[in-house]
Amino acid sequence: MQTVTYQRASTVNEAIALLSDGGENARVLAGGTDIIVQARERARTVDSFVDIKHIPELMTFNYNTSDGLSVGAATPVYLLYNDNDIQTHYPALVEAITVIGGTAIQGRASLGGNLCNSSPAGDSLTSMMALGAIANIAGPNGERDVAVSEFFTGPGRNILDLGEFVVAISFATPPANSGAAWQRFIPRNEMDIAVVNCGSYVQLDGEIVTDARIALGAVAATPIMVPAAAEALIGRQITDETISAAAEASYEAATPIADMRGSVKQRKHLSKVLTQRTLDIAVERARG
Amino acid sequence: MVTTKKNADAIGTNGYRLIGTRPIRPDGTDKVTGRAAYAADTQMEGLLFARLLRSPHGHAKIKSIDASQALALDGVEAVLTAADFPGIEMSGNDRNGRPADNQWLQDNILASDKVLYHGHAVAAVAAKDPHIAEDALTLINVDYEVLTPVTDVREAMLDDAPILHPGMRTNVQASDVETDTERETNIAMHMRLERGDIKSGFDSADVVIEREFETSWYHQGYIEPHSATAFWNRDGKLTIWNSSQGPFVVRDATAKLLDIPIADITLIPQEIGGGFGGKIPMYLEPISALLSRKTGKPVRITMTREAVFQATGPTSATYNRIKIGAMRDGTIVAADAYLAYAAGAYPGSPVGAGVQCAFGPYYIENQRIDGYDVVTNGPKSAAYRAPGAPASEFAVEATINELSESLGIDSVELRLKNAIKEGNPNAAGVPMPRIGAEEVMEAVKNHPHYTSELQGDDVGRGVGFGFWHNAGLESGSTATINSDGSVSLIVGSVDIGGTRASLAMQLAETMGLSYEDIKPRVADTDSVPFTHVTGGSRTTFAGGWVAYELGIELREKMRERAANIWEVDLDEVEYSDDATITSKPDNEGNEREFTFVGLASKMASTGGQISATVSLNKTSQGAAYGGHIVDVHVDRDTGKVEILRYTAVQDVGTAIHPSYVEGQIQGGVAQGAGMALTEEYFYDDEGLLKNASFLDYRMPTTLDLPMIETEIVEVPNPGHPFGVRGVGEVPIVPPMPTIQQAVYDAIGIRLYDMPMSPRVVLEELLNEG
Ligand SMILES: Cc1cc2nc3c(=O)[nH]c(=O)nc-3n(C[C@H](O)[C@H](O)[C@H](O)COP(=O)(O)OP(=O)(O)OC[C@H]3O[C@@H](n4cnc5c(N)ncnc54)[C@H](O)[C@@H]3O)c2cc1C
Repeated sequence: MQTVTYQRASTVNEAIALLSDGGENARVLAGGTDIIVQARERARTVDSFVDIKHIPELMTFNYNTSDGLSVGAATPVYLLYNDNDIQTHYPALVEAITVIGGTAIQGRASLGGNLCNSSPAGDSLTSMMALGAIANIAGPNGERDVAVSEFFTGPGRNILDLGEFVVAISFATPPANSGAAWQRFIPRNEMDIAVVNCGSYVQLDGEIVTDARIALGAVAATPIMVPAAAEALIGRQITDETISAAAEASYEAATPIADMRGSVKQRKHLSKVLTQRTLDIAVERARG
Repeated sequence: MVTTKKNADAIGTNGYRLIGTRPIRPDGTDKVTGRAAYAADTQMEGLLFARLLRSPHGHAKIKSIDASQALALDGVEAVLTAADFPGIEMSGNDRNGRPADNQWLQDNILASDKVLYHGHAVAAVAAKDPHIAEDALTLINVDYEVLTPVTDVREAMLDDAPILHPGMRTNVQASDVETDTERETNIAMHMRLERGDIKSGFDSADVVIEREFETSWYHQGYIEPHSATAFWNRDGKLTIWNSSQGPFVVRDATAKLLDIPIADITLIPQEIGGGFGGKIPMYLEPISALLSRKTGKPVRITMTREAVFQATGPTSATYNRIKIGAMRDGTIVAADAYLAYAAGAYPGSPVGAGVQCAFGPYYIENQRIDGYDVVTNGPKSAAYRAPGAPASEFAVEATINELSESLGIDSVELRLKNAIKEGNPNAAGVPMPRIGAEEVMEAVKNHPHYTSELQGDDVGRGVGFGFWHNAGLESGSTATINSDGSVSLIVGSVDIGGTRASLAMQLAETMGLSYEDIKPRVADTDSVPFTHVTGGSRTTFAGGWVAYELGIELREKMRERAANIWEVDLDEVEYSDDATITSKPDNEGNEREFTFVGLASKMASTGGQISATVSLNKTSQGAAYGGHIVDVHVDRDTGKVEILRYTAVQDVGTAIHPSYVEGQIQGGVAQGAGMALTEEYFYDDEGLLKNASFLDYRMPTTLDLPMIETEIVEVPNPGHPFGVRGVGEVPIVPPMPTIQQAVYDAIGIRLYDMPMSPRVVLEELLNEG
């Protein structure tokens, strides 16, 4: 019978030590809504769990106008979407985390878990990417910051080295006249995995786009940024045509596989549709 | 919630005191407090846990199985393979005298020679702990010779298709078709029903529509996985605790495969967490039993959800071709159907019922229906709510909708014009008794949903009709009057849809007692006569017949007892509808009257307790019809179909407990909507099932459906004391064509293959440009 050890870290350094000593099959345990299921179904070999929920800074979040938002990596998402500041300043994040599982899952699921599970379809990922979020990583060799958009290396894989883990995810204060939105497409209305998801961000100067980020999920081996979509917007006046051009860029950038969850044709088309729909809302929000 | 009153003056508009009221179900408290015991809750001293090793291939020959390493693992107590079954006579007859192939039954439980589908069980391990059993599975070495699979029904019918069962020939049940005795085939059976002359029928038609359709495999999706615990005692007596729709059927089949007397087996059915037909077949019981015999300890097996999808359940995937011809005035003059049903690994798809029901809602003078039962690499198909009917009736209804468009006749009018009536023959030529097909379509026509105006862009409305014949079959019960006037009712039917309540109500109605006076209980197989499965919409119908006859018999016995006490002739004693027992005054002018309770309290001193046992085999049944209306919205950018409003009208004969009738109708619609929109099995080229989970086998959730409105039509069944027809199955029949028509109405595209998933709808929209 498989024996698994459970260890509880109460400081960041303790977690680093436990993970380093534990080797390849030591896993961080945040909410456990991915990892417990995977271990139970024998989809992943786990020898030891390092529970990070008892490290105080991993379970809180802070927002202020000068520093923006910093979310402890293991904070359950329901605390985030119930917060007034987050609702006001990061509606695109709220849109993504309110659809992760149902109420029970949201009581445990964390941004750090969604990030480090690194599924191409993870719902908060494209939202974080559109918002330009940064993962704050701690490890045996110290701390480093990596943009969420640079974090993934393949399905279920990321840039974390042995002994490293994500401590927090930080989001800049949204600039004036900016807006973001997130949507996914699922065949049902709940409890489903994204066929495609999309986060969009724009900053306007009058009707001219000064900055933009578009991210797509479930259309490649990792969530992707679509720089061509941003280029189709930046420096241009916001019109139906520029939004369509950005949407076309998403269509071109999507390189999905066909599986039981969706076809290539469907996923490429939905990349376009969701880019358009999220941009419409992001622009509306940017206009205030 | 209204409870019942004993009050004789509270007669409802239907003429009954209790029938038509909505009392609380006897199992309600246990279920809402979590105390109800399900099969996987079975606990006892020394319990072992078994896990099954399942085929990783879609089609392969088993060359050898080596379990020595697994057996050597600490904590493993036994390993079982097909070689452990006692060799029994492999062919014989079932209870109804129909040929039954025990080899197929046994091979589906544990493969002997070949695995025929991904997830086919090949070995079982019993261990002290479920995790040890799981570890042991990885230590069993099975040497397979992988064969080419064929999962598609039409491909399986081709001359050069891989053969699943070497030596199989088609069993032809059509008088004018020759059997090909030369060719090996996957077509297990070809049947034909025919009447009139379809050639001249089509010749006389002004409009003829011919279309092809496909439907996917659909799983029943019950929430509770299969589970069975067995204990084989040293005295050779076997006890089984399980989750089944047919404890007696499983008991008898277990006795046959294990070659032991029926009386040596006691099957104790537990509460059941859904079945919809999928808990009629036997999968686990003989394995638990044989592992228990090997180890001397009780053994429990509970399936994983993945195994439930891979190896149990689904109803047949189908290919159907329909041709219908009509005159200008809408009279349908000829109809031809070609129905090919994938049976899965072993013969026995529900194509027979598909044939019987295809044109069920209509009277058509000239018709021919060919049905093919085709084995394919996939789980053995199982019964699923109106087995076989949704697929064939979808194809027919969708063709009728197109016919209505070609003729320029409203589809409801077209259906009313051709609706089957009392005296018209059914598909097999038997005249129908009083039925409510027309009443149902009239109710659709007059329904505020149908007469309302559709509003908005990309919205559409559809209407569909459906028929299911329902079943009779054997049921048995015992009722005993207690000294305080309460009545214990023991039934053999596992309660899935509230039948403890509906049977108690029928007994109470018959006896003039209150619902609360009756205590119904589901008993084990030693405690009540043979009772067939809870399925076929038969339990409230056939069990209700039994309850009625029990009530009559108990009334008679109470009269006899009073006659003895009063020393009068039996025919001078009367049992009134309020359950008082009276006779004329005695010679001194004293009233002769017993209340029910008064007489019950005297039973012990006047001859002993009164009880009755009734066992019936009702061959009659109550044909039932449903008419559905739906409004949908289609998102042209994503292909997603949203159901805005759904109304289901159904003739139920008599609604014993209207809440449970409505619940059955709503449940059937929900499952039918899943068939129409999101549910399907994905097999890859290697015959591997890619979506064996509730995540990827997409059943609608409560968030995907609006409140489903129901309208109950009551045309009492002349073949039942209270007019019951059976309600559980019809409502799953109309949703596919009803929603298909609404999608067409919304976006102008007819989809012939179910489900109309967002992917399919979107790709069609993109193809249209
Ligand atoms: C019923 C159900 C529905 C779901 N629905 C959705 C959905 O709609 N959308 C969606 O995106 N996901 C969904 N999920 C998946 C899951 O809930 C999310 O991915 C969730 O965000 C994971 O967070 P967690 O805290 O539970 O992670 P855990 O399971 O604790 O961890 C996930 C992985 O990340 C690693 N990890 C966790 N935290 C860190 C860290 N700080 N540093 C380094 N590694 C770390 C773990 O070792 C593990 O490998 C669903 C899951 C379930 C069971």
